[in-house]
Amino acid sequence: MNKKSSLMSRLAGAPYIVWAALFIIVPLCMVAYYAFTDTTGAFTFDNVSGIGKYADTFILSIWLGLLATVICLFVAYPLAYIMAAKGPEKQSTMTMLIMLPMWMNFLLRTYSWMTILEDNGLLTTAINSAINLINDTILANNALSFSLDPVHLINTRGAVVVGMVYNFLPYMILPIYTVMLKTDRSLIEAAQDLGGNKLAVFKNVTIPLTVPGIVSGFTMVFVPSVSTFYISQKLGGTGTILIGDIIETQFQTANNFNLGASLSFVLMILIFICLAVMNRFSDDDGGVII
Amino acid sequence: MTKKTSIGSKLYTALVFIFLYAPIAVLIVFSFNSGKSTSVFEGFSLYWYKELFNDSATLSAFKNSMIVAVVSSVISTIMGTAAATAIHGYKNKFFKSSIMTVTNIPMMNPEIVTGVSMMLLFVFIGSLFGKTGTLGFVTLIIAHTTFELPYVILNVLPKLRQTDPHLAEAAQDLGCTPAQAFFKVMLPAIMPGIISGLMMAFTLSVDDFIISYFVSGTDSQTLPIRIFSMTKRRVTPDMYALSTLIFLAILVLLIVSNIISAHGDKKLSKKEKGGAKK
Amino acid sequence: MIKRLSSVLLVILILFVCISPVAVATGEAKDYSHLKGTTLNVYNWGEYISDGQDGTLDVNKAFEEKYGIKVNYTNYESNENMYNKLKSGGANYDVIIPSDYMIAKLVDENMLAELDFSNIPNYKYILPKYKDLYYDPDNIYSVPYTVGMVGLIYNTTMVEGNPDSWSVLWDERYAGKILMFNNPRDAFGIAQCYLGQSVNTTDIAQWDEAIELLKKQNPLVASYVMDEVYNKMEHGDAALAPYYAGDFLTMYDINPDLAFVYPKEGVNFFVDAMCIPKTAENKEAAELYINFMLEEDVAVANANYVCYASPHELVLESDDYDLKGNEVLYPDESQMPKTQIFENLDYDTQQYMSMLWNELKIEGNSNLDAYVGLSVTLVLVVTYLIYKFIKKKKREAYY
Repeated sequence: MNKKSSLMSRLAGAPYIVWAALFIIVPLCMVAYYAFTDTTGAFTFDNVSGIGKYADTFILSIWLGLLATVICLFVAYPLAYIMAAKGPEKQSTMTMLIMLPMWMNFLLRTYSWMTILEDNGLLTTAINSAINLINDTILANNALSFSLDPVHLINTRGAVVVGMVYNFLPYMILPIYTVMLKTDRSLIEAAQDLGGNKLAVFKNVTIPLTVPGIVSGFTMVFVPSVSTFYISQKLGGTGTILIGDIIETQFQTANNFNLGASLSFVLMILIFICLAVMNRFSDDDGGVII
Repeated sequence: MTKKTSIGSKLYTALVFIFLYAPIAVLIVFSFNSGKSTSVFEGFSLYWYKELFNDSATLSAFKNSMIVAVVSSVISTIMGTAAATAIHGYKNKFFKSSIMTVTNIPMMNPEIVTGVSMMLLFVFIGSLFGKTGTLGFVTLIIAHTTFELPYVILNVLPKLRQTDPHLAEAAQDLGCTPAQAFFKVMLPAIMPGIISGLMMAFTLSVDDFIISYFVSGTDSQTLPIRIFSMTKRRVTPDMYALSTLIFLAILVLLIVSNIISAHGDKKLSKKEKGGAKK
Repeated sequence: MIKRLSSVLLVILILFVCISPVAVATGEAKDYSHLKGTTLNVYNWGEYISDGQDGTLDVNKAFEEKYGIKVNYTNYESNENMYNKLKSGGANYDVIIPSDYMIAKLVDENMLAELDFSNIPNYKYILPKYKDLYYDPDNIYSVPYTVGMVGLIYNTTMVEGNPDSWSVLWDERYAGKILMFNNPRDAFGIAQCYLGQSVNTTDIAQWDEAIELLKKQNPLVASYVMDEVYNKMEHGDAALAPYYAGDFLTMYDINPDLAFVYPKEGVNFFVDAMCIPKTAENKEAAELYINFMLEEDVAVANANYVCYASPHELVLESDDYDLKGNEVLYPDESQMPKTQIFENLDYDTQQYMSMLWNELKIEGNSNLDAYVGLSVTLVLVVTYLIYKFIKKKKREAYY
């Protein structure tokens, strides 16, 4: 009797399978096609072999992405831990507060970081006037004639990393927090009862239990950070051209789809390798994404 | 279980939230600027809120965003729910896991690669037919539907796993057709998953910039694309005014839904207590 | 009878032939009502039209009201950006406003439609010296919109003295305070002017020389910008920026500390003109739009808003024109800088230029920190995986 319903449910999947083939698989094949052809459509290795020039750019993107992800992890983990220990009402308020910024357009939020970090911006001005104060009062009469230089925040790699951390931090907090909520607190209490000191319990029980959350948070921060172009364009200046910038330029201004496609192709493969390595850390396959 | 939170953890939480909200505060403050600048505050005024409603380009971009978000999230929710039901029913493990792998691609892939790959496909198809102007509303909706689908599927699948498979069978034994069994029994059971999938799809669509940037055409500028072209030159505070309004709307919505759900929980727990007494 | 009929027909025909040129000449008599309800896609530079801000004329709205044609107005940030959108075939536009060399390129690649000047009677107001220019010698593809020159904008509170040479853009004292064009043609143009080369050279060695100069400048440059320059210069976040003269006036309105100079080595002179791509879907409305842009009040409003020099006879004479005789836009013969115009480069040179430009963009990535950081991470990851593997083996051996 199950035949009929299973046939129907099979058919229900058909539109999606067709859709996925047409708009997920075929487009990736198009990227590969453009990556290995020239403007006339003839097969060539030139685009891919020319990528060596951009090795530095790839390295820089992955490095800054990694840095931002690790910082996110270290900022998010304690916060998720604190949140999970709160009462249910406080928890839902805090979850709401963390999700709320994600509703604001990320372009505008990044743009408003410019207002904060510019040389005449709010934070820079505040820090520099503090520095001036220190220079004038404390260091003015010192024997070493040593003084602090004013800081410069915008157009540095630091600014780009701040931008990445800022934009993607919620994606790290929420999965870790979700996993922490699901973990059985009694396990932790049991470990404490069995005489484990706080640090040992944290290291041997809490962290291993939250690995799936960390893995999915890592993915959700690392991938967009590595491939961003907007953040580096706005906050990065000349020294911080990321691979996303180069790809965007090829498609939007330089009109070199073939180079752009081959860069995208390599980026995609690199990211899949990074994710595969990351997944080795969790015994789960894949972990929770949402 | 609620422990007294230490001052350290309170301070830490406060610092993180200051970090998260500083740019938004800047944005809201400057939406009330009487001057044209987004970095020098000249005085309080509501001028930009008034100006916002005269800015036809921004309003039409907002309208486009809404159209794309509604259409694509509805399509992806229907197709995704059907797909999740089907995937749940597949017996062939290899087939099932390869479909799940494909489903994961748009989530794992950098958005820029997804956007670029879609654009290449559309332009290529256009050039096959010797047509120009292929990019527009249709391509935008296709692209949005594609990247929303995995989120819908992954929201619905766990609900399907939680539902007792015998439910549908029981309904059929009681004389329902398979379709009736699905719509009357299964659908209500997985509804929460469908709704959260729909919400997520809608949000992702409204927020999306990178993919839209590559696949939109002349007539389909969405709000994020409009904002992008503005940040290329000068963002006027009316953009800030618009996002302040959106921010407030979401805030109110979240608070109301929080209150309702808290209220509902209380009612529920009261009922349970009442039931226990009996 | 037949003869009579045919003679009547002949008379009608003659009448028709006589009247129609008259109708064209007066312009107004031509009937455009069939265009009502259609849509027109206009693709223009950012901040390049009077848009109704601060009580100015909203040109697009006025056009919509007058003709009932909906204007779909979008922006690009550089000629290359515009060309790319057009070339990829992803989008169709009806009116575009490229610069001279880009028009030549589009004509070369057969991408522009011939204009029907019977729909653009206001073309007569364009000054003769802006007709018959090299990119469109027979005046069939384009109608000049603005003209201008590139110059150097600087902040007087941050720059010492009065620079008069491009060399100040290579001055290490202003490291991190210099902005540079974010499009290859304009950026190379400055280097080439500074080197005393022709901006249209096809000599590879000269291009190499220019890129060397730009690479030398790269560490001093805060960022490569197009219209982001407004905010950065207006708020004193940068000290020096080469940009279009007209835009200086817009910035100067907000930040009076700014000053402007045409460097002595020479500058680029350009014409931006309205064109219609071959792929346009609403050509007649596009011509109507171009004509509308040349109507006196519209042209004056645009000239006041955009602040670029105008090629329009009536604008220059109008009393409503705020920038009449402005010395930045309309320098005297004696003050006139040396100018060069961009011509369309041949395909190979273009390819070479964009390759050099890509090189320049990634030039600044000095990557020591990235290499060290990534190697350390890699070592850590590998150690951890090995450690885990050994532990697992040990455990297996134990059981």
